[in-house]
Amino acid sequence: MTDPRPSRQPSSGQPPPRVRVTGPPRRAATRRTPAADIDEQTPLGGVYLGSLLRAQLGLAGRILLALGLTVGLLPLVFAVAPGLATLRVLGLPLSWVAVGGLSYPWLLVLGWVYVRRAERHERDFAALLGRGEGQDPP
Amino acid sequence: MTALPGVVAVVLVTLATLAVGTQGLRLSRTTSDFFVASRSVRPGLNASAIGGEYLSAASFLGVAGLMLTFGAEMLWYPVGWTAGYLVLLVLVAAPLRRSGAYTLPDFAEARLGSRRVRAVCSTLVVAIGWLYLLPQFEGAALTLSAALGSPRWVGPVVVGAVVLVSVGSGGMRSITLTQAFQYWLKLTALLLPVAVLLVVWVGDRAVLPDGSGPGDAWSVPVAGGGATGLYTTYSLVLATFLGTMGLPHVVVRFYTNPDGGAARRTTLAVLALLGVFYLLPPVYAGLGRAYGAPEGGSATLVLDLPRLVLPGLGGEVLTGLVTAGAFAAFLSTSSGLAVAVAGVLAQDATPRRLSGVAGFRVATVVAVLVPLVATLVLPDFGVARAVGLAFAVAASTFCPLLVLGIWWPGLTPAGAVAGLAAGGLGSMAAVAWTLADDVSAGWVDTLLAQPAAWSVPLAVATMVGVSRATASTAPAHAGRFLVRLHTPETVPLDRG
Repeated sequence: MTDPRPSRQPSSGQPPPRVRVTGPPRRAATRRTPAADIDEQTPLGGVYLGSLLRAQLGLAGRILLALGLTVGLLPLVFAVAPGLATLRVLGLPLSWVAVGGLSYPWLLVLGWVYVRRAERHERDFAALLGRGEGQDPP
Repeated sequence: MTALPGVVAVVLVTLATLAVGTQGLRLSRTTSDFFVASRSVRPGLNASAIGGEYLSAASFLGVAGLMLTFGAEMLWYPVGWTAGYLVLLVLVAAPLRRSGAYTLPDFAEARLGSRRVRAVCSTLVVAIGWLYLLPQFEGAALTLSAALGSPRWVGPVVVGAVVLVSVGSGGMRSITLTQAFQYWLKLTALLLPVAVLLVVWVGDRAVLPDGSGPGDAWSVPVAGGGATGLYTTYSLVLATFLGTMGLPHVVVRFYTNPDGGAARRTTLAVLALLGVFYLLPPVYAGLGRAYGAPEGGSATLVLDLPRLVLPGLGGEVLTGLVTAGAFAAFLSTSSGLAVAVAGVLAQDATPRRLSGVAGFRVATVVAVLVPLVATLVLPDFGVARAVGLAFAVAASTFCPLLVLGIWWPGLTPAGAVAGLAAGGLGSMAAVAWTLADDVSAGWVDTLLAQPAAWSVPLAVATMVGVSRATASTAPAHAGRFLVRLHTPETVPLDRG
């Protein structure tokens, strides 16, 4: 504590510079943020990141499964039932329409679904981590 | 038959490529740091550039001819080349961008902290790059022979020379703009002729492409031969679905995205651009069949079809247009591959005293000359086929490395090297056997002709097994690295 009395400095007539007196911080300024937790790989950070990894990997798995069960099954279907190749859609052979035509928009749909969901996972993850930054938990 | 349209087309494409290149060069010189500028490439432009680089001789020329000869089973090439981007999107696109790696060896070294893994990856990049450059040069030989009537060596030498000049003179800086231009040129060069030819076909009331007769295998999208045919088709599907992410010139493009989210949106746009382009080759095959194009000369079907359907001036103009597109296909893919291979050679294989631009130029010459000489010496083995083998090698090596490296913290350097060796040696031995011995009969030849269905599981099992056995050598920073790869950029991390 600084002594407030001016008489301690007799040589100069000026008052001493003011000194701010503060107590120790009530809240720990070094409180960890969740972002620091995943950065420094604490067990808690591992839980945070593990949840994101599982969500993203599960999403990737579901998209690849959807690809495998549609486009991926076509060779097997046509091998088991070659008669399908003689069918015509709008005058064109079914096999050409299904494999060489409809595959592409389907791939685009799968990709679009993936991008939307993956970005949602990341927004949720950022919101989860952002909760602890600069404000108190409720 | 006159050579004039072909000559005009080749000269125009060369001039346009060099002009766009120098324009882009000026743009990129106005920024202080080339790499920072590259990272701000918008998804639309970047996707066009990826499409331009990716659509090679095999896509432009090869598959249409194969479809004419072998029918619907060849549809799996373009479908697989497109689906490969979906697999890349869901498994590696955003994490790969966030890794900050510029090439595959960079990624391997950053992830595993091992120079040995880097050396193995560099060797594989050069091997896959050369395997993929061979069919580009072969396609150039076919195209210029068909369009100009020139001897076989002219095409590879012309393409090689233009690539050397544009890449070696510093044109690699402007490659994004050039490649984007090439995509739209290629799409126009395939779309416009086929639109005109379809109108002519409707006017001619020519017969429908016949694939409906009983016992006609042309419309069955599976290779013939029962179980071996089914194996061949599925192995091809696996190679193309998984091999795309391992191609050396594809990975480099992801670095130019601003962040992981942009990398995803770029890949989505690539899916759309490729899907539009790949609708066209089957139309060429169908028209070729309707007009009775000879199956023997099917390698140049795309170039021959306009004259076949529309004799006279119109056919000549359209021939010039498709020749221009084909030439653009060789130039863009060859440039991208040459840059990727030369970059690795300059970093990892040139002597220390040859550093910087001089080293890169020497590496470019080596990167172009080796496959060029090989094309002139080796016999023809089919454009799309050689590309398919390059995909098989990429799927058996870099696909497991990338997927396990991005999603599994337990990968060790020893496991990576063992898996790359198993998948790489296995698939390359199969490639060598297939290229040397053209007779295919029985299961052994079938397994070797399409190795992906056994070499990919072999590589994955080796990588996981050896990593488990050497678990104590897993790099200490693996967990931290995975945090970087998967955390969105909005979360403030120490990304130094």
